[in-house]
Amino acid sequence: MRPFAYTRTASSSAAVATVTADRDAKFLAGGTNLIDLMKDTVEAPALLVDINALPFGDIVEHRTFVRIGALARMSDTADHPAVVRIAPAVAEALLASASPQLRNAATIGGNLMQRTRCAYFRDVATACNKREPGRGCAAIDGINRQHAVLGGSRDCICVHPSDMAVALLAVDAIVRTRGPRGERSIPIAAFHTLPGDTPQIETVLEHGELIVAVDIPISRLASTSTYVKVRDRASYEFALVSVGAALSVRDGKIADARLGLGGIAPKPWRALASERALIGVAPSAAAFERAAEIAVGGARGYGHNDFKIPLVKRLIVKSLASVAA
Amino acid sequence: MPQIEIDVNGAHHSVPVEPRLLLVHLLRDKLELTGTHVGCDTSSCGACTVLLNGESVKSCTMFAVQADGSAVITIEGIGASDALHPMQEAFWKMHGLQCGYCTPGMIVSAVDLLRRNPDPSDDEIRAGIEGNLCRCTGYENIIRAVRSAAAALRNDESRHSVAELLPVGGSN
Ligand SMILES: Cc1cc2nc3c(=O)[nH]c(=O)nc-3n(C[C@H](O)[C@H](O)[C@H](O)COP(=O)(O)OP(=O)(O)OC[C@H]3O[C@@H](n4cnc5c(N)ncnc54)[C@H](O)[C@@H]3O)c2cc1C
Ligand code: FES
Ligand code: FES
Repeated sequence: MRPFAYTRTASSSAAVATVTADRDAKFLAGGTNLIDLMKDTVEAPALLVDINALPFGDIVEHRTFVRIGALARMSDTADHPAVVRIAPAVAEALLASASPQLRNAATIGGNLMQRTRCAYFRDVATACNKREPGRGCAAIDGINRQHAVLGGSRDCICVHPSDMAVALLAVDAIVRTRGPRGERSIPIAAFHTLPGDTPQIETVLEHGELIVAVDIPISRLASTSTYVKVRDRASYEFALVSVGAALSVRDGKIADARLGLGGIAPKPWRALASERALIGVAPSAAAFERAAEIAVGGARGYGHNDFKIPLVKRLIVKSLASVAA
Repeated sequence: MPQIEIDVNGAHHSVPVEPRLLLVHLLRDKLELTGTHVGCDTSSCGACTVLLNGESVKSCTMFAVQADGSAVITIEGIGASDALHPMQEAFWKMHGLQCGYCTPGMIVSAVDLLRRNPDPSDDEIRAGIEGNLCRCTGYENIIRAVRSAAAALRNDESRHSVAELLPVGGSN
């Protein structure tokens, strides 16, 4: 690992100012993603600003929303009664992520910012436009079983690894940040970006902008949410495909729906057209199949990952049926 | 070089550390507590699991500076060869190990599991040790060992926790 300077602060404005002032500085939260990448020299920050002393560790239920501090640990968030009740999909997604030791150390902010598990991104001997813009993408013609079938570009077909972020799509979460230009609230669906020809850019955050919390509005819809994950083994593995779904039914018709998809795109993928197609129709296998068909409109496989297209369709149908029941 | 204050198995240490020093290397190389193993160095295998303020973490994926002000318990703090912890005894009696490489991390994770859930089902045991890989045993005897330690500990509350080793407020 390359040497680096280390500092810590209990003031969020100091943390923001320090990272903003140095292009090669990064925040350090749990470290469970960043340290691994630093060992492989995929990341080589010159300065780490340890944010663990900032006062963002709490989970607090307010009248209309629950606020999860950016430094809340994945384990505490998954177990929190308000999260379990208000946004079950989020608790389920967290429990299906990583392992107890990692969940005890990893934070909610770090989870949203974690980087792709693409093997080429993590192997500095291979070509990756995300790691080294302009160098090419070894995945497109390589072993791309894990890779994206939606939202990829000629430059990058990685998938976003966060389970929680997919569940957050199903509950309309809002990411609250503090940056060099003040505070803002970003809907989760607008937080991550697609690679296009700048795969090194993954979110709308500016350099030095700090996530302070994730808010989940309290709604009937969110309280119905569920998260379903398909992986190569039953535990301790990233998703091949996953679905975060929520559905509310009134007078025999679907009143509202949310559908987030994981493992299939470079960002947590919201299937907006499928959600719209569901509203106003009676919940039925045919309606869910139609929504699934719409979700993969425009999907393309790259060889090894062709199986993800039928797999995600089946998982959408299964998840919608389970939230409708 | 930052100076850190850290309690390890009840003993206080004040040590200068380079920021990139991993917690596992502080434990093994500087404090000579070699019971904590490095199996993968990529946060995958769990051989490096220790308790940090009472909760299991992977010490290969944490800088020593991040543990400043914390209390760490390693396998050496869980029990000693002349005074084994019931979990260690159970691994021995139920043949929960073969080569033993994964065992310190496996035991620390299992101790953390029982702290949260004193009477886990087999599925809950499997979930509790999902972050610990064993290349030898096929896990069956590990599950038996954890089940048997859970029963022993439920019958003997006084030996339940390693909390005595944590400073006040460190355990929960
Ligand atoms: C073996 C293994 C298995 C895993 N399995 C899964 C899985 O199945 N599902 C899953 O979803 N995840 C999985 N993970 C990933 C894990 O969830 C992430 O490593 C973790 O969430 C990162 O959080 P952290 O606090 O440790 O972040 P760090 O490693 O500290 O930081 C990650 C990045 O986020 C930035 N950052 C951190 N906090 C903030 C903030 N508040 N504001 C702005 N930027 C910030 C950092 O600068 C860094 O760039 C796994 C990880 C490992 C090692
Ligand atoms: S050595 Fe830490 S997880 Fe393998
Ligand atoms: S006993 Fe050999 S690795 Fe588990």
